[in-house]
Amino acid sequence: MAVIRRDVSLALRRKNEIMTSVFFFVVVASLFPLGIGPEMNTLRLIAPGVLWVGALLASLLSLGRLFAGDHQDGTLEQMVLSSASLPGLVGAKILAHWLLSGLPLVILSPVLALQFDLNAQAIEVLMATLLLGTPLLSLIGAVGAALTLGVRGADVLLSLLVLPLYVPALVFGAGAVQAQTAGLGASAHLSILAAMLLVAAVFSPWACASALRIALE
Amino acid sequence: MLSVTGLSCTRGERRLFSGVDFQLKAGTCLHLQGDNGAGKTSLLRQVSGLSPVAAGQVSWYGQPVADNESFRAQRIYLGHELAMKDDLSAMENLQFDAAIAGRTVTAETVRSALKRLGLKGREHLPMRVLSQGQKHRAALARLLVRQATLWILDEPVVALDVPAQAAVGRLLEAHLEEGGMALVTSHQALPIPHALIASYRLQG
Repeated sequence: MAVIRRDVSLALRRKNEIMTSVFFFVVVASLFPLGIGPEMNTLRLIAPGVLWVGALLASLLSLGRLFAGDHQDGTLEQMVLSSASLPGLVGAKILAHWLLSGLPLVILSPVLALQFDLNAQAIEVLMATLLLGTPLLSLIGAVGAALTLGVRGADVLLSLLVLPLYVPALVFGAGAVQAQTAGLGASAHLSILAAMLLVAAVFSPWACASALRIALE
Repeated sequence: MLSVTGLSCTRGERRLFSGVDFQLKAGTCLHLQGDNGAGKTSLLRQVSGLSPVAAGQVSWYGQPVADNESFRAQRIYLGHELAMKDDLSAMENLQFDAAIAGRTVTAETVRSALKRLGLKGREHLPMRVLSQGQKHRAALARLLVRQATLWILDEPVVALDVPAQAAVGRLLEAHLEEGGMALVTSHQALPIPHALIASYRLQG
């Protein structure tokens, strides 16, 4: 709890960091309708993919800072040394990362979806996929961030490492909205996303904790 | 009691030190000395549990320190990085620090710790407006907030002015009198009575 509170209050004192990824998402999602023009059918078709890729890149944008700040000033050392469990502390940091960089995207997505002429039901499904998907992105990305901690050129390496792992989330996230608009129903896709989220929630904090221990040796 | 036997450390091909033996009894302080690059920080990190021990043994009251819950709860390590966030105040930093160590402390405890280190009235200023020495003092205040038995301190008096060094000396002395232990590296003489200090010199 203390970790979440601290990370959130730190971020609120440095608002530009949250704003960067939120604005990135808004701008990317708005550029497509402007570039493609008022072709409603095309827009409806590409909407889920574009919004999902935007969310995915926006989440990637803030991942580099997930552990870097704490690594630099020695807070991470104190976390590793703590008698509290490290996976628990790391899990709290990941949750804080999602609250700051994932949740705003979920909340903004219906507004952006209107530009693509999605109907209300499709927007609901889109929000549900992002609600399940963005924490999944944070959990997967955190492992990458922990593995690349302290490495030179970590940002590029992080993208190369994490983007391929985002593919299943993207496929099922965007696929759910497409299935909904095609009239097939999105529940299968949503169940798979939820299952992936549960698996990641169990394993990712442990994997991060081991990677961080190695990074600090 | 902390005892270290046959401890060695290699970094890549190079052997930093080997066969380090010492014991630290309740109420004593070990002043670890050595040239730059002799491996003082590496030794402290091994003892505190940040780095794995390749050869030799570190034990706490007869039990190895690896995965030793009582050791984890009773030692505190202060390295070169202060582990304080510039955007938070000293009060917030110290409360968070205690929280990740698994303790809850009242604002009053933190305030009195900061007061003993001469930071009265600066509890709620963001750390970035404090001077380097004041930041250092605030970081040292966690020694009082956390109430650990074994203090592992890497260069605690560097960047401190004379009154602050004396304050650190008083903290150490009070800690040792209460039966605490300290393992300290410092290039300067420690500001506590010589009777309480044992010295160990690291040789490559």
